[in-house]
Amino acid sequence: MSIFSTLSTKPWVAERGYVSDSHGFGLPTARVFLSVFLGVVTAIFGLLTAAYFIRMTYADWQPLPVPALLWLNTAILILSSVALQWARTSARHQQADRVRRGLLAGGALAFAFLVGQFLVWQQLGSLGYFVDTNPSNSFFYLITGLHGLHLLGGLVAWLRASLRLWRGAETDKIRMSVELCAVYWHFLLLVWLVMFGLLLVT
Amino acid sequence: MALTDVTHDAQDFAPPAEVEEAEVYHPKTWLGKYVFSQDAKIIALQYSITAMAVGLLALVLSVLMRVQLAWPGAVSFITPDAYIQFVTMHGMIMVVYLLTALFLGGFGNYLIPLMLGARDMVFPYVNMISYWIYLVAVLILLASFFVPGGPTGSGWTLYPPQAILPGTPGSDWGITLMCISLGFFVIGFTMGGLNYVVTVLQARTRGMTLMRMPLTIWAIFTATVLALLAFPALLVSAIMMSLDNLLGTSYFMPAIISLGQQLDHSGGSPILFQHLFWFFGHPEVYIVALPAFGVISELISVHARKNIFGYRLMVWAIVVIGGLSFIVWAHHMYVSGMNPYFGFFFATTTLIIAVPTAIKVYNWVLTLWQGNIRLNVPMLFAIGFVFTFINGGLTGIFLGNVIIDVPLSDTYFVVAHFHMVMAVSPILAVFGAVYHWYPKITGRMLNEGMGKFHFWMTFVGLYCIYYPMHYLGILGVPRRYFANAGANGLPDWFPESAQMVNVGITIAAIIVASVQLVFLYNLYYSATRGKPAGGNPWGATTLEWQTADTPPTHGNFGKELPSVYRWAYDYSVPGAEEDFIPQNVPAGKGTGHAS
Ligand code: HEM
Ligand SMILES: [Cu+2]
Repeated sequence: MSIFSTLSTKPWVAERGYVSDSHGFGLPTARVFLSVFLGVVTAIFGLLTAAYFIRMTYADWQPLPVPALLWLNTAILILSSVALQWARTSARHQQADRVRRGLLAGGALAFAFLVGQFLVWQQLGSLGYFVDTNPSNSFFYLITGLHGLHLLGGLVAWLRASLRLWRGAETDKIRMSVELCAVYWHFLLLVWLVMFGLLLVT
Repeated sequence: MALTDVTHDAQDFAPPAEVEEAEVYHPKTWLGKYVFSQDAKIIALQYSITAMAVGLLALVLSVLMRVQLAWPGAVSFITPDAYIQFVTMHGMIMVVYLLTALFLGGFGNYLIPLMLGARDMVFPYVNMISYWIYLVAVLILLASFFVPGGPTGSGWTLYPPQAILPGTPGSDWGITLMCISLGFFVIGFTMGGLNYVVTVLQARTRGMTLMRMPLTIWAIFTATVLALLAFPALLVSAIMMSLDNLLGTSYFMPAIISLGQQLDHSGGSPILFQHLFWFFGHPEVYIVALPAFGVISELISVHARKNIFGYRLMVWAIVVIGGLSFIVWAHHMYVSGMNPYFGFFFATTTLIIAVPTAIKVYNWVLTLWQGNIRLNVPMLFAIGFVFTFINGGLTGIFLGNVIIDVPLSDTYFVVAHFHMVMAVSPILAVFGAVYHWYPKITGRMLNEGMGKFHFWMTFVGLYCIYYPMHYLGILGVPRRYFANAGANGLPDWFPESAQMVNVGITIAAIIVASVQLVFLYNLYYSATRGKPAGGNPWGATTLEWQTADTPPTHGNFGKELPSVYRWAYDYSVPGAEEDFIPQNVPAGKGTGHAS
């Protein structure tokens, strides 16, 4: 039912019996939970982007040179997302082996991405671009930091799913966790691409 | 109603849902049951008690401020620094830590599962964590009273640069603790808020369509969505300000000379902070107002024994207000020097938001029209709310216009306006709601006599406090000022009569504050000695009144979840045996409809 027909029903017309047997949207609850959460994260990064654009117009803004390592990190994050997607489809087809490999690769790559981001910070620091050197630097550190924290949170969920898998849980039991991890990863990848793009064009 | 209107969508009488045991979490220990509880009803009480405790502190702070304003210098520990710290903490606690936590964490947790026919929130564990993080936030906030320099004195708006400059009280520790506390609050709230939203979307019982939900739930749901989208702005600005403060960045800090020293900051934009803050701050007004709207709709309908007038319009108004509340924020910034065309835009949106709001007011009044009004305590508070909200709303239309706001900005007119609309009104709704739902929570009625005394003293008292403030504001008395009287009496422009007004306001404030003790005593007294309430003392239709046990036990509804056959407002249905038909009663005998 579309939102408009929902909002135009006349509830005071009584005795319509049961409307339906299913509750909610027919989507798994955990999935809905994640979607709403992604809305909140979107708000955070959306606001940061807005603040970025406003602050950029002030005279003291000097663009930050883009470290080459960021390209590599981006590639790693894309691969991480791909690996989790692979795990997700394998879980649907009950291929426990592949799920395991996909999860492991996805997590390891995400971890590598975080290490890579940290190295970027160090590189920038050694070149004299500290967090308080210029507002563009401040934003760069803030955005990468927050993005990293969100990924770290994702890794916690990933760790829980992996542990359960290694302790012998059946693929069916952790399918949902794998699915949610994958969706979250894709989302963070998207956020990263937008943020990276922002950095490149400004 | 013509029978042809009746459509039978699916099977009329499906068997009741079986209890899935796995669904209900069973605590084994006392600690698990009452302290680290995952039961939304217990979490609701924890939220409410904590919120009311800090709220009491904020009330004491407001009395101290009033004492200073009436008798400058009479209390020696109220220094100018202490005064502005009290203003700040009072404002922040009242708005965020009391009202937001109470409406969403308290009422949300208690009412959402019960009114929707669910056993609990969808993620009880996350829900429990949400409370404990909120508690940590409160403790950090309170800790700032004990650190060197004390709590921040930046005003609840926390504007930089002054919030972090030396010379503002609390600039060394207070502001940092405030930002950390707010950070925790936002994280804790987000965990709870996700639960409320997803529970409404996913866990409604059979037959409970969105348009059959009680307006209270619609309102809490929408307010939660607003909060989930608005609080990130507060979080982001708190983080950025802390970085400016601690690491010397310049997001918000312009080049500045402070106490003769050129600071390291340069080029930052204080206006950027204001935009971020008010992008949170204005929706925040509706985060506390919408739940009040919902509660009031419920109280008016139940206690006037009439269906709510214009249910659909009420729902639409809630949703439209929620949407509009994100595009009016800069009406708080008319004097910040922004582009005049911006001011024009935001004045327009602000005035547009008055339309859905007015619709709600008309509908409440039309619901009362020819109703069978019972002037019990919840109804008194509900009518008090409508009065007060109209008052505050009207001054809002004044302030929404740039030319009127500019001279009135930062005067007591503003203080009077926002207390009427977002302090007094929601608080009246809170009181009404407590009197209304207390019988369900404890199984006993609150004492009626004490309740009426509480209402009249509070209601009349609040008008004695805030009406005169409008006058002071038009006179030009600025807000956040420690004293308007100079050392040797009053400055020329400040007439002695105005100081008399100040004294009068303070006396009223002291009386109102004291009367709240009666309320607290009533809560305590009636819990054990109140009149037993039974399951449904008001004759209400919504599901929380149809539980097998009162107070509802773990799992809310016993073995079978209720099924919903009708909307929430079947009061005084023609031909029906009783003047209300609960939502879980199917068509048939005694309902005034053929089945
Ligand atoms: C009897 C109850 C109350 C009294 C006597 C009272 C009194 C005051 C006073 C004297 C001020 C400071 C005015 C100034 O010097 O600028 C103030 C500020 C404020 N109050 Fe209340 N208040 C009460 C209840 C509330 C409630 C329930 C709220 C909840 C929203 C609230 C929200 C605020 C806010 C946001 C400020 C502004 C703080 C600032 O300027 O930073 N107050 N109040
Ligand atoms: Cu506003």
